[in-house]
Amino acid sequence: MKRVQHSAFSLQQSLPGPEDITRLTLPNGISVLARANFNSPSVVIGGYLSCGSLFDTDEKLGLADFTALSLMRGTETRDFQKIFDALESAGANLSLSAGAHTAGFTGRSLSEDLPLLLGLLEDVLRRPVFPVEQVERLRAQLLTGLAQRAQDTAAMASLTFDQIVFDGHPYARPDEGWPETIRAITRADLADFHRQKYGPRGMVLVVVGAVAPKIAVEQVTKALGDWTNPAQPEPPALPPLKPLKKTVTRKVKIPGKSQADLVIGTTGPYRKDPAYIAASLGNSALGQFGLGGRIGDMVREKSGLAYYAYSSLNAGIGPGSWDVSAGVNPGNVQKARDLICKEIALFAKKGVTSEELTDSQSNFIGRLPLSLESNAGVVNALLNIERYDLGLDYYRRYPDLVRAVTIEDVLAVARKYLHPDKLAIAIAGS
Amino acid sequence: MTKSYSAHTLTNGLKILLKEIHTAPLISSWIWYRVGSRDEPSGRTGISHWCEHMQFKGTPQFPASLLDKAVSRDGGMWNAFTFLDWTAYLETMPADKIDLGLRLEADRMANSLFDEKEVASERTVIISEREGNENEPLFLLGEAIQQAAFRVHPYHHEVIGDLADLKSMSRDDLYNHYRAYYVPNNAVIGVAGDFKTDEMLTRIRELFEPIPAGPTPPHLARPEPQASGEHRLTVEGPGETTFIQVSYHAPAGSDPDFFSLNVLDSLLAGPSGLSIFGGGGLSNKTSRLYRALVEKELAVAVGGSTVTTLDPFLYSFTVTVHPIRKPEEVLSALDDEIRRIQDELVPVGEIARAIKQARALFAYHSENITSQASWLGHAEMFASYSWFLTYLDKLAQVTPADVQKAAQKYLRPRNRIVGTYIPTGKGEAA
Repeated sequence: MKRVQHSAFSLQQSLPGPEDITRLTLPNGISVLARANFNSPSVVIGGYLSCGSLFDTDEKLGLADFTALSLMRGTETRDFQKIFDALESAGANLSLSAGAHTAGFTGRSLSEDLPLLLGLLEDVLRRPVFPVEQVERLRAQLLTGLAQRAQDTAAMASLTFDQIVFDGHPYARPDEGWPETIRAITRADLADFHRQKYGPRGMVLVVVGAVAPKIAVEQVTKALGDWTNPAQPEPPALPPLKPLKKTVTRKVKIPGKSQADLVIGTTGPYRKDPAYIAASLGNSALGQFGLGGRIGDMVREKSGLAYYAYSSLNAGIGPGSWDVSAGVNPGNVQKARDLICKEIALFAKKGVTSEELTDSQSNFIGRLPLSLESNAGVVNALLNIERYDLGLDYYRRYPDLVRAVTIEDVLAVARKYLHPDKLAIAIAGS
Repeated sequence: MTKSYSAHTLTNGLKILLKEIHTAPLISSWIWYRVGSRDEPSGRTGISHWCEHMQFKGTPQFPASLLDKAVSRDGGMWNAFTFLDWTAYLETMPADKIDLGLRLEADRMANSLFDEKEVASERTVIISEREGNENEPLFLLGEAIQQAAFRVHPYHHEVIGDLADLKSMSRDDLYNHYRAYYVPNNAVIGVAGDFKTDEMLTRIRELFEPIPAGPTPPHLARPEPQASGEHRLTVEGPGETTFIQVSYHAPAGSDPDFFSLNVLDSLLAGPSGLSIFGGGGLSNKTSRLYRALVEKELAVAVGGSTVTTLDPFLYSFTVTVHPIRKPEEVLSALDDEIRRIQDELVPVGEIARAIKQARALFAYHSENITSQASWLGHAEMFASYSWFLTYLDKLAQVTPADVQKAAQKYLRPRNRIVGTYIPTGKGEAA
């Protein structure tokens, strides 16, 4: 039988690489990356600044995020409605929020409106005024969000897991803070945080879409090239992480809920760890591949215990986490926990089979075009390249990097991180 | 690079829509069956969704364990959705791998096993899915509203179904439902991406034409009588946050009024995106309801949603109430805004703005082959693909008088259900 196999592309051609990514650093320290895609008349921007929640004190945790969210509430020349009227009238989006290391932004517009998008970004980053009324309105919204978080079994299990696994480390703290810390933050705190911490050094801005990279760079330079903040501090250093000495289980009671959520796992590698790809392939076999790898197979397919059960490898600038999540009936928590712990132990002892590894390698390579199809997908790829120094040719080299991983590599990284007798177990529900 | 589409019908009644898009080495294939929760009598609610789950449980040719691995190994993405009117299955694969997706869809159109053991294990998975939904206040509220809105029409229950039925349905119930509705004369295939139309059509014909047509599947025809007055209801449950959902009986997707309502929604609650579930829209901070409710600190969030359905369904506003406000105050302010749009013609400029927003959202949607492929069949489920092709033009024809007329016709108190989620606090069970 004849099969449909026409394709106008080779895989290599469609992936971002050094000759189609423009990258430069402006004199004030902003790194700009751009790549053209004229398939649709739209453009996506993304990026970050070095002003995340690592700067927050415990008493005012959430300050970095509150500040990032406040920026669009008014500037010296535009009030809240004027900012959003400009954006929404153009069918454009722009939003900011903060994580541990950085405050990130993302936006999209028709390509003709890129100057508008960059102009607004420039205005909110450099000239926010934190109007009292808007700050209080936003505070009420944040507090409502935190009240909803407290009722969300998955969010609370995940938050509690981080508290166990990162005990004593800043990563144990939720970036959005707590109701009492959000209440403690004043308008002056927001203005001070912005004045002291926001600046161009370490900032990254990526533009992908129907704009020639040369023009994108010109527009970014015009908007942000003259921004300076001599007082901008170095990002805080991360303290060492103390590994768990034994399994720690913590339960959060949320009455009246039909489903409980579990998160079970441990620390994981840094994104820059040479073993990251091996860990990532191992994680795929453990709880991603197909309908959730071994975890999906045991917890969902064979036992019928959960609608979702999967594993995640969360790797970033600092120590990561490697965990399994599932949502189950409150009566099945024990059973699901035992099954998951057993699978983690087996994985840590024996790693993956060569068939499992080959399957996941093939998946990782095959799905590249899909993950890099949209402008937003390419923005994420370029941000990864920049944040983790992967090199502009990373996605071209990626298939070889994936193919080079052996079952021994996976076993070694699994044994390094997953200790079945030293797990963090978080359960949230009624 | 994008050719227009072509439509074909096989001798067994299977409709095929093909659209070449040569922007990435990808193909997305969707198969749509005209069966959803609207086809479920009492006692068998949730059966369409459960059938969809069973379609991942294997055939003699593709046992369950092979099925998911085969797609993942090729770097593909696959999924399925069950809705009020339809059930859809999709594969997006590297272009040279799409044959697998086509073969497995042809196979499971007729040959799924519905193994007794798999039915038993999936029963608890689906009950777990329902329990996860029940954790969400807005699911509980939406379910109560749907039930109040449709006494006669089978839109009265949630797609997931009622627990009593999920506990009692048998393997044969499921299998009979599958055999009745999964026939080529009840299906539409939409494929978009990097292929040649003649080759793709030949291959689909080879795979699907041997499947015999079945008897025309039955569809429940029980139109909802005109509502005789406003319904008000409350749902109590855990938490600290009050939600209000106001749902109006709304026109079907193919009704010319739908476009006026869409513009009305855009002005009142902000533009919706073009994902098949309406996601991916813009922020709505300049919309009339945001300004009247959130900017006035009566609410912390507001949104609107139109739904493209075969029969008249609901147009809904969802409001997250400000912690210090009463639901009655919010409803009264919402009604003031509705009265304003009923009494005063909206400025032409406001409509022009909504059209520009829709054009931008259309461009964003075009970045993505999976999204473009989805509309080929989706529009056929409630109208025809030309509905989608003329979507922007139809919106552009809407006049201020049309918007006013739609507001007067649909947004009447006796045409609505007002539901309030009343939180019982952090510590009490529902």
